Amino acid sequence: MATLSRPSDHYDSRREAPQTGVVQPKLGLTGWLRWFWRQLTSMRTALFLLLMLAIASIPGSLVPQRTSDPNGVTQYFTDHPDLAPILDKLQAFDVYTSAWFSSIYLLLFISLIGCVIPRTKHHFQALRAKPPTTPARLGRLFGFTTQDAPAHTDARDAITYARTVLKSSGYRVARFDSDTESSVSAERGYLRETGNLVFHAALVGILITVGFGGGYGFSGQRVLVEGQTFVNTLLAYDSFNPGRFFDDTTLDPYTLSLDDFSVSYEQRNLQAYGQPIDFTADVTVTPKGEAAEPGAVKVNGPLRTNETSIYLLGNGYAPTIQVTAPDGTVVFSDSVPFLPQDANLTSLGIVKVPDGLAEQLGMIGFFYPTQDKAASGANFSSYPDLEYPLLTLNVYTGDLGLNAGVPTSVYALDTDTLAQQTGGKTGVSSIELKPGASAELPGGLGTVSFIDNNPASSAAGDFTQSVPRFASFDIHHDPTQIWLISFSMLVLFGLFTGLLVPRRRVWVKATIRADGTVHLEYAGLARGDDPALEAAVSAVAARHLKLLKTHQTVVATPEST
Amino acid sequence: MNLIDSALLNSYSLYALYSAMAIYALAFIAFAVDLARRSSAVGAIEAADLVETDAASSAGFATSAGSTITLKRPVLSRISARMDDDAALPYGRSSSLRVGVALTVLGWASHLAATIMRGVAADRVPWANMYEFALTGTLLIMTVFLIVLIRADLRFLGTFVTGLVLVLLGVAALQFYVEVAPLPPALQSAWLVIHVFVASLATGMFALGFALSTVQLLQFRRENRTLEAAAPRSAVASGRRLRFLATLPSSATLENLAYRINIIGFILWTFTLMAGSIWAEQAWGRYWGWDTKEVWTFIIWVIYAGYIHARATRGWRGSRSAWLAIIGFSAVMFNFGIVNVFFKGLHAYSGL
Ligand code: HEM
Repeated sequence: MATLSRPSDHYDSRREAPQTGVVQPKLGLTGWLRWFWRQLTSMRTALFLLLMLAIASIPGSLVPQRTSDPNGVTQYFTDHPDLAPILDKLQAFDVYTSAWFSSIYLLLFISLIGCVIPRTKHHFQALRAKPPTTPARLGRLFGFTTQDAPAHTDARDAITYARTVLKSSGYRVARFDSDTESSVSAERGYLRETGNLVFHAALVGILITVGFGGGYGFSGQRVLVEGQTFVNTLLAYDSFNPGRFFDDTTLDPYTLSLDDFSVSYEQRNLQAYGQPIDFTADVTVTPKGEAAEPGAVKVNGPLRTNETSIYLLGNGYAPTIQVTAPDGTVVFSDSVPFLPQDANLTSLGIVKVPDGLAEQLGMIGFFYPTQDKAASGANFSSYPDLEYPLLTLNVYTGDLGLNAGVPTSVYALDTDTLAQQTGGKTGVSSIELKPGASAELPGGLGTVSFIDNNPASSAAGDFTQSVPRFASFDIHHDPTQIWLISFSMLVLFGLFTGLLVPRRRVWVKATIRADGTVHLEYAGLARGDDPALEAAVSAVAARHLKLLKTHQTVVATPEST
Repeated sequence: MNLIDSALLNSYSLYALYSAMAIYALAFIAFAVDLARRSSAVGAIEAADLVETDAASSAGFATSAGSTITLKRPVLSRISARMDDDAALPYGRSSSLRVGVALTVLGWASHLAATIMRGVAADRVPWANMYEFALTGTLLIMTVFLIVLIRADLRFLGTFVTGLVLVLLGVAALQFYVEVAPLPPALQSAWLVIHVFVASLATGMFALGFALSTVQLLQFRRENRTLEAAAPRSAVASGRRLRFLATLPSSATLENLAYRINIIGFILWTFTLMAGSIWAEQAWGRYWGWDTKEVWTFIIWVIYAGYIHARATRGWRGSRSAWLAIIGFSAVMFNFGIVNVFFKGLHAYSGL
């Protein structure tokens, strides 16, 4: 019962009396270093570090993290003004890059490497070594079985057959013969240790790939309105995050056009009415100097092209707004991406007109794809598609702050330096526009129009084409993913073999008794968890005896005739 | 599929679910009766003072080493091999145990029907929100249990498994229930099918491993008391409450069984983690971002890696490693029940 009996160091077994009077030899510096290294690479330390790693991961799920939830962190600082700075000192908002988290996993991996290298060396030796000599007494081993060999069996022949049986079952064998007994010693399942080593080495591979991999790629974001085109160059990105080792000049200047963005919403199932069913960005990719290829980017389906992956991150409406000066000059005309604020796509957008009017003009707009009015009189959107679109604008005049040289977001308007002209407390109601409509700006500044993209169908009551949509894309280049996949496959392979392949030794011994008959013994020994050991020994014995019997009949038949 | 049919089918699914829960409840009672009968049988035997070698055989050192076994054992499967009758007081299958198993199979069939009908009603895999995860996850826990039963006699875990599944289904039906809704684009992926299914399967394994480790700890306590008791009489007196333990395998056997089941769970969990990162890469453009759900999946993985190491570490085998398996499964339940609902993150699919 190899695996069921506990080794003597089992935690639950009775403690041995502590050794007393052991005098530790004095350790020099190298002695200490060696001692430290032995401690670090011991199984106990590995276990301790693993448990530490599990515990150290917990805070990152309790407190918002800068990398995954930056707004959450800002909010946390507002909600807990006393606690947040202290937590920040402890790197609680950057747990997974913090000094303490890093030191745990780095120590763990040093331990891992220090553990795996000597084991690999040892395993290479074991792979070349012969199975060990047969123990003198098999009776104390597992699955011990004894049998009398059929009459007239020769001990050495019997072991030759045993050797055949074991070899055909994948055992490596060594035989030992003396005058009174012959035996074969067999071992199998070296793959278990191989798998274990591959597993641990592949983990190191993953760590290194993740550690350095990000450095060779980039990620960039870009918003495109239907009909717009983007060239994959540094300046064309709205934001761009290169890895440490990434060289901007290697950007491949292909173009990406958003031809059409289609959305479908659930309409039959009232329980889920208006829930989006599908988002598809139909695009055209034109590699430099090559023909254009059509493609599609979906939520779960990035487009892989020109060594980049293009992901669909978000989408919304981009109403086309035009501002005209009193003399008729168009001073602003653009489809402005409005950021969705809720599931029915009530959207918020900013328009800035710095030049061409008597004053600088800023507008905060709300767009309702299907406008509805609450009892309070407030507008809201009741459905995400364009059923009854409405744009409302609050107008501000004054200094937009664009000349100060400070970069400003296109999605934010600093109203501190501006005078509000419509909406809010001004007493002047906000401008409300249907597609195709225009309105006078207050103070005779000019006119603002909400351009209809498809006036013909809107006139027929179908507004679905009236406002263009935008899609925001995330474009990544990561040359190391193929490595990660490969190491992950190795991890799985290592786990399967390292945990499930049994490693065991089996012995068959034939002893010649005083009366000339041959006595057979079978036994096994597990190395690691091996629930099927005894069954395996039994199977070997059964096959061996069967072989001996067939052989005996063949030999015996001529004698009996 | 027609909407009316879908709504109708969903209500049938609910009827099937409630029937399954009722049948599981009966099975739970039958299993509990079996445990009670075991206890009283042990009590009766002990009272008759037939206990002689309990201590020796239950201490976990019982081995067949030295005995001569002759080719009686066929080649068994890995899980079942050496699932010995090394109970201190072997106990056959009582009628209530048989009834419990039969009811469990019946409840399972109804549970399966409920899950399939929900899937057909929704026209997709039935695991896209918390209610459906719970439905399918518990179905898989039960399936794993019934399959393992074919191979190894773990019928004594019936109370635990039916009890756990009943509680989870109850919470799902009362707290997590949502109407059938189509898949949002973020979930429309083949990886939903693979990732979530394998995660549920792993959970089924971990649940059984947890139960075995718990019984192992109790059994070890009993064995220790029996061993330490100077006279068998006092041992009888001290172990009165959980006397049925004497009819269950020794703590060493339970430990090995738990290990075998947990390593299969661990391999499946590793796959879950990898499939999840492949999906995350497709859906969110990064394979790993320490999102709360990712963090907990990682924590669970590390705990079970710790468990496997503990089994190979001096001084950590036995009860200590059993505690790690128990903590591991608690983390799995936490990840499902608490992280999904209360923690903020990208995995906002509870549907609540
Ligand atoms: C990143 C940290 C580590 C992880 C995630 C990890 C994980 C694992 C896993 C999953 C197994 C079982 C798989 C198999 O046998 O193929 C295992 C086994 C093993 N690991 Fe690690 N390990 C880590 C670090 C270490 C270190 C530092 C050591 C050395 C001190 C070590 C030594 C071993 C040994 C000896 C086994 C075999 C246990 C047995 O036979 O049951 N591991 N490890």
